[in-house]
Amino acid sequence: MVQANDPFVSFKGVQKSYDGETLVVKNLNLDIASGEFLTMLGPSGSGKTTCLMMLAGFETATHGDIELGGRPINNIPPHKRGIGMVFQNYALFPHMTVGENLAFPLKVRNMPTAEVEDKVRAVLDMVQMLAFIDRKPAQLSGGQQQRIALARALVFNPELVLMDEPLGALDKQLREHMQYEIKHIHENLGVTVVYVTHDQSEALTMSNRIAVFDDGIIQQLADPVTLYEKPENAFVAQFIGENNQMLGTVQSVSKNIATVKLEAGDVVKALAVNVGAVGSRTTLSVRPERCIVTAKKSAGTSSLDARIEELIYLGDHIRCRMSVAGDDQFIVKVPNTSGQLGLEIGALSQIGWKNDDCRALDFNEPV
Amino acid sequence: MADSQTASLEPITAADGTPLKKKLAQALFRSRVRAVSLVVPLFAFVMASFVIPILALMWQGVYNDRFSSHMPNLTERLTMWDGLTEPNEKMYEALVADLKTARADRTIGRAATRVNQEFPGTRSLFTSTARKAKKLKPPFKESVIKANKKWNNIEVWQAMKITSQDLTPGFYATALDGRYTVDQGFVRQDENRQIYVKLFWRTMLISATVMGLCLLLGYPVAYLLATLPLRASNLLMIMVLLPFWTSLLVRTTAWIAILQSQGVINDLMVFVGITADDARFSLIYNMTGTIIAMTHILLPFMILPLYSVMKTIPPSYMRAARSLGATPTMAFIKVYMPQTIPGIGAGGLLVFILAIGYYITPALVGGQDGQLISNMIAYHMQKSLNWSLAAALGGILLAGVLVLYWAYDKVIGIDNMKLG
Repeated sequence: MVQANDPFVSFKGVQKSYDGETLVVKNLNLDIASGEFLTMLGPSGSGKTTCLMMLAGFETATHGDIELGGRPINNIPPHKRGIGMVFQNYALFPHMTVGENLAFPLKVRNMPTAEVEDKVRAVLDMVQMLAFIDRKPAQLSGGQQQRIALARALVFNPELVLMDEPLGALDKQLREHMQYEIKHIHENLGVTVVYVTHDQSEALTMSNRIAVFDDGIIQQLADPVTLYEKPENAFVAQFIGENNQMLGTVQSVSKNIATVKLEAGDVVKALAVNVGAVGSRTTLSVRPERCIVTAKKSAGTSSLDARIEELIYLGDHIRCRMSVAGDDQFIVKVPNTSGQLGLEIGALSQIGWKNDDCRALDFNEPV
Repeated sequence: MADSQTASLEPITAADGTPLKKKLAQALFRSRVRAVSLVVPLFAFVMASFVIPILALMWQGVYNDRFSSHMPNLTERLTMWDGLTEPNEKMYEALVADLKTARADRTIGRAATRVNQEFPGTRSLFTSTARKAKKLKPPFKESVIKANKKWNNIEVWQAMKITSQDLTPGFYATALDGRYTVDQGFVRQDENRQIYVKLFWRTMLISATVMGLCLLLGYPVAYLLATLPLRASNLLMIMVLLPFWTSLLVRTTAWIAILQSQGVINDLMVFVGITADDARFSLIYNMTGTIIAMTHILLPFMILPLYSVMKTIPPSYMRAARSLGATPTMAFIKVYMPQTIPGIGAGGLLVFILAIGYYITPALVGGQDGQLISNMIAYHMQKSLNWSLAAALGGILLAGVLVLYWAYDKVIGIDNMKLG
């Protein structure tokens, strides 16, 4: 489905400033293939929603070009772009019934009434909401409104659908359910979806690729697995999933393995991903589930002295907060396998990890 | 299961055995007393200063005992009279007796004024005959008619019969350009004596025009207020509210300065050459003046409810409409405007009801044909002192407003109204 050679949506050197003093989006270059599900993920104020609004046509780019199907769309007004959009608060028209809401995009396109009726019923059937055709939006629950908003964005067969944190207002269970539903609709219809969210699990569940935004820049653009397994900088490592960070100085680099002296004095080895020359500072990043407690030192691993500070029993695993190298917020997830429950608060032990699981990234002052 | 069944059969009781409803009432009693005692002062004030005076005045519209209280004997005779046959000697006798006492008590003028309201031109008939009453001898019929032959006119007597009834539809008949007669009931006045109905219609027309103009001028302003960035909208809001805080008289007189024939606008038009110096527009002391000044004065009452409704419409609705393929105009008409209907309704009703009872502005800038019904009510309150007629006119106005309110509730629904 994904045709990487032929971008459907293309941002070319796009910049955006609201006040003429600061750039909200700094030199954005992004190609989205036809049929792709691309998520823009980032904290609030990172510029992701601004990018979406520029694509929809509600904001104009201060500099650069946005292309849709090979055509620059900078000067095309929103209603001529033919892009479906699902809004954060659904934006269902409160004075129209569900049916009228769905008929709206078809009627403004002067579609014959009979055809409108058919299409509305078909799309309502798709989201399993046909029984609600005569209700007003206010009479629907949040999840139902969400489905209607989705149906309305799809009913006129747009090739591109934008979604601006559409699941933000739903409770956790419903949100997860809708994630799968949106994913399946995307797979069935083959439309291109650009999805904005600040929820990383949402992004990981649905996307083909994720663009992690921070400070107006795409920090990393990759598929979910790569993003989680191989974060390229300290921000992405810390933003996607849980992560222990240690600061240190590079002592030497050989065969992609960096030897790093931590601020507490310990020396560990880590995979050199994004480090400067010898003597430069670096952030080491290791996932809690990749750490092993009471490990014996062996080849290709690093290990450090640790003290157990807190234990939280979570059923499938035990969350263990430890003091490691002067940091008492070091988290280790210990799988709940038989014979593992010998942990005690205050006990001294060793923790270790494979050198490849600890990634030496750019220096990032902890907040 | 068993528990819920017994509960549905017997009344639910509290832990100590008293019925739960009673217990609840006891528990809420204190808070209820407190709530009521907080409202009592205002309630008493509103009753004393608003509700009771209005009811008293409304009562005056249908009840007037000026005649019967000052001419009791004649009233008794008139009640027995059928109103069509010749007045008999007994009635004349009663007339003379009452005229004598009324003259002595110096109350003849009041009774005469009352009859004069019903049958104009009879005031002097009463006062002059009352002066001679002492000297009149029986048979009274002949001597009274000899004193003034107008007494021979049966219409005078019919008018007296009507005014002798305390409870009378006569004032409402007058307010509707008619007369209440003994023999035919309600009769319309001659064409050239009809003023009130025409005035009611003109009041409605001017109020509707003012409402329409307010909507036309206020809607874009309210839209700007709701959509501009905060700094600009605050400034605009001050500009909307500033005239609101200025004295009504100041604003009305300002319009006189602007609109009069030697005023700013006419000077400007002559200067630019739109009109000749000797053919200046008459923009004031007519209906135009009333409409212009009232529109300006009532504009905030339209803008504020509209603004408060528009403020609650998130911009995402318009964006959604446009992303779905609607042009900006279409999105505005199909999506934005329907959502502002509660504001249009509230503002329209408010402006219309305020306009329909407007008094000072038309009095100052209305001239002859810019007067509203309220000016006529004021005239009867202050000049002609016919309070009953004023009350009848006011009653009709009130009824009209209530009908409009009811119609609004039927068509749009009062729950939909949002005043801010």
